[in-house]
Amino acid sequence: MLAILKREVSAYFNSAVGYIVLAVFFFFSGLFFYLNCLLGNSSNMTGVFGNMFMIILLLTPIITMKSFSEEKRQKTDQALLTAPVNLFEVVMGKFLGAFVLYACCVSIFLVYALVICFFVTPDWAVILCTILGMLLLGGALIAVDIFISALTESQVVSAFLSIGVALFISLLDVFTSVTNSAFITSIINAISFNQNYTNFTYGTLDLSNIVFFVSVAAIFIFLTIRVFEKKRWN
Amino acid sequence: MVEVKNLTKTYGNLKAVDNISFTVDSGEILGFLGPNGAGKSTTMNMITGYLSSTSGTVTVDSSEILENPKETKSKIGYLPEIPPLYPDMTVKKYLEFMFDIKKIKFPKDAHIKEVMTIVKILDVQDRLIKNLSKGYKQRVGFAQALLGNPPVLILDEPTVGLDPKQIIEIRNLIKGLGKKHTVIFSSHVLSEVSAICDRIIVISNGKIVADAKTNELSSTLSGQGQLLLEVEGSTSAVCTAINEVYGVKRVNSVGANHYTVDYDITIDIRKGVFKALAKADCPILEMKNGGMTLEESFLHLTSQNQTVKGGNK
Repeated sequence: MLAILKREVSAYFNSAVGYIVLAVFFFFSGLFFYLNCLLGNSSNMTGVFGNMFMIILLLTPIITMKSFSEEKRQKTDQALLTAPVNLFEVVMGKFLGAFVLYACCVSIFLVYALVICFFVTPDWAVILCTILGMLLLGGALIAVDIFISALTESQVVSAFLSIGVALFISLLDVFTSVTNSAFITSIINAISFNQNYTNFTYGTLDLSNIVFFVSVAAIFIFLTIRVFEKKRWN
Repeated sequence: MVEVKNLTKTYGNLKAVDNISFTVDSGEILGFLGPNGAGKSTTMNMITGYLSSTSGTVTVDSSEILENPKETKSKIGYLPEIPPLYPDMTVKKYLEFMFDIKKIKFPKDAHIKEVMTIVKILDVQDRLIKNLSKGYKQRVGFAQALLGNPPVLILDEPTVGLDPKQIIEIRNLIKGLGKKHTVIFSSHVLSEVSAICDRIIVISNGKIVADAKTNELSSTLSGQGQLLLEVEGSTSAVCTAINEVYGVKRVNSVGANHYTVDYDITIDIRKGVFKALAKADCPILEMKNGGMTLEESFLHLTSQNQTVKGGNK
């Protein structure tokens, strides 16, 4: 697993993907930080974090589009699956590789927090909570997108499908306004990535939010393993 | 060393591999021969655990691939038809990665260097794989399979797409490896298999149609042997003399002093023919084996199998 993780991370930084993802993330987070905090004379980063939701949704497909689709296209999955490792290790290695890149992106918020430190004491509860929330959100999305990339041999198909899913996730909340049923509304709220994430940006640490993201990640990692099992047994 | 028992793989209604059984002893080089699409790659993928079989077992050194995948896989070095290379890595980095993923216990640098020396890729170790020529890529694939000195090597069409010089190099490499490893290697080129292997299995439409030592293959395939003779003496005397030898099926006279003798392959008639002709005072000027060439028997076998299959549909 460690070997795969190491290879994944070095693959990101040996190609343009890693740097582009970092640059895009830093650009938008920097822009939001500048507009909200520096220009708005505010030490409250909740707005910045809220804006990042959409960026993260659209950026994770780029991180993971190569994951398994490229392995399948280059037939390198044959090397992974005939090596003495089990599928869980392979999938986890891939997942963690993408997650490490994502975590590098998110770490920029510590720098912004330091910038705020020059002026006032920042609200560490909000910042640390949100960074945790952001990592959990990203982890769940990466798991979903890795599952998608395991379904296809084409990076482009993988990226578009993932972006489609991302757009669906972001639109999920809209459905609450078109339904009268309190039951459906409560279901949508419970599975809404946005709702679950937004709680973190207020600095509240709710176990149900954490469990939600962790379970989404776990389910899709499991499904990815099943995709390969199925292929093998088919 | 490798024991394949009743291996079957079906895709829907299609039987890609149909009840194949064979064993390979340690130190043996086995050639897996068949036309394209015969089921060679599928069989190899099942032996290496990339695909699972619909039924049947693959045992390597007494561990079964589906029951004990990790242990079994660690005993196999596999070079698939398309070498599993990451184009954006350098040769050395790639081999280091494969070394790690195979969880090999040897000293890392020394072992990788040793393997690179065997397949002669030391001079390109710092180049990106995507910039290598096809021959070098194939060798990197080879190196990857050799890592960890696995007792069994499975090579799927290792010489396809190489130039003649590279083909000879790879062949010699396989021959050399056969001394220390058990090698199963597939090809659809007959001359190649007969040049390298001790034993050949011919597979067609997912079935084994022949399994024999390389030098016995052509006679085994045709079921009967043929002897070409040049004998001095009258045709009738020669024919009568040969016909009396035990095992002879038919004698044909083909031109002056030349004869073909069809005989039962299980019996060696040469001594008998010699004695009979000597007794009849007809000196043998030349005697040679005239069975089907490997190419002929291969075509004969694989096409025969197809007709049978076609008739079933």
